[in-house]
Amino acid sequence: MELIRQERAADSAAVPRGRITFLRRELVRNKYLYLMLVPVLAYYLIFHYGPMYGLMMAFQKSYSPVKGIFAGTWVGLDNFTTFFNSYYFWRLLRNTLVLSFYSIVLGFPAPIILALLLHEVRSKAFKRTVQTVSYLPHFISVVVIVGMLSTFSALDGGLFNVIRSLFGYEPMMFFTEQNMFRPMYILSNIWQGAGWSSIIFLAALANIDSQLYEAAKIDGAGRWKQLLHVTLPGIMPTMIVMLILRLGAVMNADVQKILLMQTASTYEVSDVISTFVYRSGVLEANYTYSTAIGLLNGVVNFTLLVVANAISRKANSSSLW
Amino acid sequence: MKQSFGERLFDGMNYLFLSLVIVVSAYPMLYIFNSSVSDPNELLHSRSFMFWPEGFQLDAYKQVFHNPKIYSGYMNTLFYVVFGTAFNLLMTALAAYALSRSDLYGRRFMMKLITFTMFFGGGMIPTFLLVQNLGLVNNRLALILPAAISTFYFIIMKTNFESIPGEMLESAKLDGANDFIILFRIVLPVSKAILAVMTLYYAVDHWNDYMGPLLYLRHQDLYPIQIILRDILLSNSMEAMGPGADTGFAIGENIKYATIIISTIPIMLVYPFIQKYFVQGALIGAVKQ
Repeated sequence: MELIRQERAADSAAVPRGRITFLRRELVRNKYLYLMLVPVLAYYLIFHYGPMYGLMMAFQKSYSPVKGIFAGTWVGLDNFTTFFNSYYFWRLLRNTLVLSFYSIVLGFPAPIILALLLHEVRSKAFKRTVQTVSYLPHFISVVVIVGMLSTFSALDGGLFNVIRSLFGYEPMMFFTEQNMFRPMYILSNIWQGAGWSSIIFLAALANIDSQLYEAAKIDGAGRWKQLLHVTLPGIMPTMIVMLILRLGAVMNADVQKILLMQTASTYEVSDVISTFVYRSGVLEANYTYSTAIGLLNGVVNFTLLVVANAISRKANSSSLW
Repeated sequence: MKQSFGERLFDGMNYLFLSLVIVVSAYPMLYIFNSSVSDPNELLHSRSFMFWPEGFQLDAYKQVFHNPKIYSGYMNTLFYVVFGTAFNLLMTALAAYALSRSDLYGRRFMMKLITFTMFFGGGMIPTFLLVQNLGLVNNRLALILPAAISTFYFIIMKTNFESIPGEMLESAKLDGANDFIILFRIVLPVSKAILAVMTLYYAVDHWNDYMGPLLYLRHQDLYPIQIILRDILLSNSMEAMGPGADTGFAIGENIKYATIIISTIPIMLVYPFIQKYFVQGALIGAVKQ
């Protein structure tokens, strides 16, 4: 997002005295560029800003596909209060936040640790092999991942139950077992994503000035001291930016994966805000109610992103914008 | 340079741990492959870790290949991947080229308009209703138009275009070339690496898309492979597994494993050859983020 800052200078320098004549001349001069941007801007306005306009439904009683957005009765914040007072509110909020918490605490450091360990490997061939193999799971579709979890959970000879029997435990129905939902969700996410996410940190590690390491060595720093005083500070900005982005998605869980994984008997732990929005909105056609919940979600995410970014910019000057 | 005992210990443990990472990453796919070719009866009673197949058969694969649903799912997915990716590339290239030009007035505002959508959006239901109102439900375009540009990929491509020397574009302009000619005859031909990366990223996204068809497609004959996979792997639908699957419980399990292999193999086979480009693309994104 550094780019935006650079462009600011270019734009403001270009505005001359007569704005209209300038705009007209500019439109003629770059007419083909503007022509290229017509479908692009149309796409963003229709498919991104269109739904944002549709968010006004959140303040209406009901939505009729025939009459359109402004035909409904305005009810202010009723949809939101209904949600806050609903039986499911605390369960949905808790499940969403618990999954996010574990994803951040366990899932966020995993690729960083992997990158740091890979960085210490001297054999190029070995490093490449680890990278190639650990990136592979990233390309498996979510349906197949959940399908794999499901076949591994089979009572008869499923891998998970084979492992359980090694320790003398009885086979278990993993998919209907409440206690197993969170570990399966989090661990399979890490299995699938840690390798691929380490790329960005490896890039940051490769960008650290090698002179810093030389200087540290001269000062008598061993590998541990180098890690603490050169390597970690070197990738700190990347870590902070990734963490800010992650905080901007705290209210999102992987809706596709959870919809595929959840069974009625695990709703108590597996039902999150986004799966509820899907069921309530798409399957039960409670359009305005589910839009309100979605809006709430989006606002919380965006607020967290902005606040985290502001704090980070104050504290150590690495930020998204 | 001489290493202390501690350092050598660390190196040893590090190699051991990373070797474990290799095993853990690859083992599930090995398990599934070995299970898919195992004898159904042995598979049913097996309590093994499947480091090698138990018995051998290829009937499950025959079954999968003769399943009309898998065939139509594959063909539909191919359609979405080919046309979807082509449209993605065209739109992303237009956006990236126009907005990579620093002499474009209003560029800063348009970039703001676009990047804002990375952090905030209308969400699932308003988007769903919009697509419905546009008459795109049960239309193949529903999987292509709403995902025309990925803002993240667009930024990667724009960053790449910005690194092309300005003199190249200037001299083309002096020769009377307009921006469309410059984009298609000069910029794109020198950007083959990033185009390869973008093609692969977008193609994988289309190949793996599950939410799109789940929301927008109701007709079975439009279903991509991912929906068929869900029916086979998770709904245990005998109908979806194809004729003959109900002849025994065991072959049903083999069919599941074989289906996973069949649906994952294309990317697994291509990936090692294109890995270099994949990583390159991710790095370009990383540096600019």
